[in-house]
Amino acid sequence: MNLYYYASPSTFYPLAGKLIPWFAALALILTVVGLYISFFLAPTDFQQGEGYRIIFIHVPAAWMSMFIYVVMAFWSAIGLAWNTRLSFVMARALAPTGAMFTFVALWTGAFWGKPMWGAWWVWDARLTSELILLFLYVGVMALQAAIDDPRRADRAGALLNLVGVVNVPVIYFSVKWWNTLHQGSSVSLTGAPSMARIMLWGMLIMALAAWMYTIAVALVRARSLVLERERQTDWARTLLEGKP
Amino acid sequence: MNWESWEAFWAMGGYGLYVWGSFGVTALCIVGEVWLLRRHCLQTWQRLKRMKSWETQ
Repeated sequence: MNLYYYASPSTFYPLAGKLIPWFAALALILTVVGLYISFFLAPTDFQQGEGYRIIFIHVPAAWMSMFIYVVMAFWSAIGLAWNTRLSFVMARALAPTGAMFTFVALWTGAFWGKPMWGAWWVWDARLTSELILLFLYVGVMALQAAIDDPRRADRAGALLNLVGVVNVPVIYFSVKWWNTLHQGSSVSLTGAPSMARIMLWGMLIMALAAWMYTIAVALVRARSLVLERERQTDWARTLLEGKP
Repeated sequence: MNWESWEAFWAMGGYGLYVWGSFGVTALCIVGEVWLLRRHCLQTWQRLKRMKSWETQ
């Protein structure tokens, strides 16, 4: 497989256009299934009552906020190393969605914290490092928006992305490294999850739905960016004669 | 099935504000992002189309 072929904007644009409806449909189906499990199949928690159902969005949103940042940093590194245009486009296309999921993780965390801890917010290591992640997303987007030359904006944003990625392991391990009010993880790569199987399924399906949503939205954004950057080329000019 | 009635469903065992405050705002964020993105894409398309017609004149 020739990766350079797919990295060419003129190939990427129509290919992404074909893939978007599939990812969007999968996101929709998985969300419906995930919500059904969250509200109708998963039983009431014996300690937290019905309030625990917030975790079905809180945990997937928090995972996404970290994953998306790592993927952004990955594309930034590729872009800086090989100067591939599409890598920077992908990094840029992911940022707003990552910021959205980070906000959702913080918001739903506050709405869970109030009834369970008695506080909307505490300055514990997990919460604080997640807030810093939100500032990093906003910082990258603001920095790129402030620089007129797209190539310089790409590089500056990519550099900040790479510097900021150090925050992701801090978020992930914060519950182990420090004494936090935030609980440790109930799901880990090693060892059995400490929660009912159906609750775990609900969370995993919601996480998968969030992935599909992210891919669909990022591809839409990437297409728009590609079209804007390639507007002088023949393929883009031909395309602009048709319908969006 | 967990719920005896719709009232019980909306009340969420007394956690209604917190559960619906979380799910509601998440739904708003997603709908908002999709709406803004759609608008952005259409505006970009129209702007690029205008630029192209100026260049060809």
